[in-house]
Amino acid sequence: MNASALPPRLRLTGIVKRYAATLANDGVSLSIAPGEIHALLGENGAGKSTLVKIIYGVARPDAGTIEWEGKEINIPDPNAARRLGVGMVFQHFSLFESLTVAENIALGLGATESIADLTTRIAAVARRYGLAVEPGRHVHHLSVGERQRVEIVRCLLQSPRLLIMDEPTSVLTPQEAEGLFDVLRRLAAEGCSVLYISHKLEEIKALCEHATVLRAGRVVGECDPRIASEQQMAEMMIGGALPVAHRSAPLHEGKPCLQVSKLTLASDEPFGTTLRDISLQLRDGQILGIAGVAGNGQKELLAALAGERRAPQADSVLVCGTPAGHLGPTARRRLGLSFIPEERLGRGAIAEFPLSENGLLTAYPHGFVRAGLIRYGAVNKYAAGIIKRFAVKASGIDARGSSLSGGNMQKFIVGREIGTNPRVLLAAHPTWGVDIGAAIAIRQALMDLAAAGSGVLVVSEDLAELFEISDFIAVLSGGRLSAPKPARETTVEEVGLLMGGRMAAEGAAHAL
Amino acid sequence: MHELEIAVAILVATLRAATPLVLAGFGELIAERSGVLNLGVEGMMLMGASVGFIGTVATGSPIIGLLLAMLAGAALAMVFGVLTLSLMANQVATGLALTIFGVGFSALVGVKWIGIPLEGIATDIWPSLSSSSPIVQQLMLLDPIVWLAVLVPFLIHRFIYRTRAGLVLRAVGESHDVAHALGYSVLKIRYLAVAFGGAMSGLAGAYLSLAYTPMWSENMVAGRGWIALALVVFSTWKPAWLALGSLLFGFVTIAQFQAEALGLALSPHLLAMLPYLATIVVLVLISRDATRLKLNAPAALGRPFHATA
Repeated sequence: MNASALPPRLRLTGIVKRYAATLANDGVSLSIAPGEIHALLGENGAGKSTLVKIIYGVARPDAGTIEWEGKEINIPDPNAARRLGVGMVFQHFSLFESLTVAENIALGLGATESIADLTTRIAAVARRYGLAVEPGRHVHHLSVGERQRVEIVRCLLQSPRLLIMDEPTSVLTPQEAEGLFDVLRRLAAEGCSVLYISHKLEEIKALCEHATVLRAGRVVGECDPRIASEQQMAEMMIGGALPVAHRSAPLHEGKPCLQVSKLTLASDEPFGTTLRDISLQLRDGQILGIAGVAGNGQKELLAALAGERRAPQADSVLVCGTPAGHLGPTARRRLGLSFIPEERLGRGAIAEFPLSENGLLTAYPHGFVRAGLIRYGAVNKYAAGIIKRFAVKASGIDARGSSLSGGNMQKFIVGREIGTNPRVLLAAHPTWGVDIGAAIAIRQALMDLAAAGSGVLVVSEDLAELFEISDFIAVLSGGRLSAPKPARETTVEEVGLLMGGRMAAEGAAHAL
Repeated sequence: MHELEIAVAILVATLRAATPLVLAGFGELIAERSGVLNLGVEGMMLMGASVGFIGTVATGSPIIGLLLAMLAGAALAMVFGVLTLSLMANQVATGLALTIFGVGFSALVGVKWIGIPLEGIATDIWPSLSSSSPIVQQLMLLDPIVWLAVLVPFLIHRFIYRTRAGLVLRAVGESHDVAHALGYSVLKIRYLAVAFGGAMSGLAGAYLSLAYTPMWSENMVAGRGWIALALVVFSTWKPAWLALGSLLFGFVTIAQFQAEALGLALSPHLLAMLPYLATIVVLVLISRDATRLKLNAPAALGRPFHATA
């Protein structure tokens, strides 16, 4: 191939971007050849998003040059980027829920053609790349995988020459991810360059030819991910040796601490999932992992378990043997159940409160209030203890929730819940968007809690994580929970097929 | 023949009473569909009423009066726009302040013009037909603004659901961040929507002072701006429901006048409440469906937009 003879599709030199006190990009240079699949690696806050925003014209660099096919250019806004041929699939989808697929695509194209003409073009591109989309459907009916296909089709309609994918597989089943890789490889073979952002190293090894690693706004290394090991790349990202989590031997045959029997509950959200006939049992000392693609009833199941939604029958949820289906969150906490919600600020903690008071939020029944008055001495000590034990990076117990990074806030919340010694801990996506180092610390804390005899239920989309820490794995799909299987007796492929169960069933329904 | 006359009279009166609500309501509908909640409708209508009246009396041309009223409404809306969109002030508080300002300022401007008589717009336009049959005379009460108000719901429905600009408007109201990321100018679209809402409110106010009751008196809008606002919300931002709600209000207003004329043994103050009460009760019952409400409500309504980067 004579790709090396051509000028690079995109070359960045010495890009600097400063936000207030922080240097988000500090002299970043990178070059992408035509038809190359290039990985951009880095922890949260390493500067990946900022760099992508600069390429897509959403942010402007303070210094540095951008060259497109050998010519130096400015990208003042996303329209200019699109005119050049830069397409972007966002991590949080940029789709409008209340509009149809075709309307969404029309908005993204900025073209003036009629929706009818566009519909035929959408169908043509979708067929060519094997991406199943239905132009007339409303986006709020679509699964996450389907939404991503809509985004990709939207980019492809503009015949992109550089496609940016921002953490595209975080919402896909393993099978869907494999399908996405096929599409990307085809595009690359046709000469389109791909900038692939992810922290899933196994994917990068499978897909990319070149990787640029960012840390703290600087390029700290480049490698060929097909040759470099995952360990090497991870250590480049975190800038040190990778800590390893250890699981102590699980206690078998503990007493049941959380039982759910035949729970059926309609969602109260317009696009929610109805829980159907959910049964599960969690014993002391066990970790039960619940896998599944977001939007298959995870939110609803957690709300039903934590008490935010009450069950019609009191005995459909038993906490430590006590019927709790009719009880609210506070009453369930009193029975020994703790809950780490998915949203850190807003549900898990209050952004405007200092850490000490955030600690008090759920821990208050544990000796922090006397005669109706808060014992601030004890509260401060509790918060300081969490910060120390979980190495939370914060300026102190008076730091506001909003001043912490997502990972550090999550460590604090995990610490707060574990600190009250719950019999049962529910954890929703405990390491979502958290740095590798913090994720390992959080997993370790969950495993230690189980080793100490508590039951832990983890809902996560990260299969590697579930296989690492769980004793049993069940899959939530379309509001139904599969029978839990011992983690050692199942495989990622088997779980992946169960995760896609709903999609397979829908496909069959369409075929009829 | 007599029944037909009565039916035509009721229809005409209903349309006339509904016109200010249709105009102000559809202006606000556009503003809210773009994600901006402007509670200043009452104030903008009052400004339109006083400026429109003064302009017409001073120049002798109702067309100039109407244009000035629309300009006054739009100008007040732009003040709101600068405060809430560019300076990101709270929309609810700013909207309330706008109404208070409009009430006071229109009274101040109009103080010298109270009690001056003015011929209605309809008689201005069709003077030669004044000796026709009673039905034609009734229909002549329908001035061009009423006909415009009949057209507006269809035009706006078509704009919102069938044109590209309407699509962009809905998109900005649903998620300004996504619209911005796609390269749409959120603030420009919102300024335009808010200005349109202001001009429509000004027109609605001028209709009251130039055609409905051709005179100027302090606070003459009498809460119709608030009803228009409530109609937009209770209609779940749907043009068809908004048009129906306005007609319902117009119809009950007429029913109230008839009841008063028939000497119903009820306090006139209680009767005067009736259109407001009936409209709100009916629309609250219609809009109870929480799912539909969530689907149609502009998700970004009332949220300030700040472009990061």
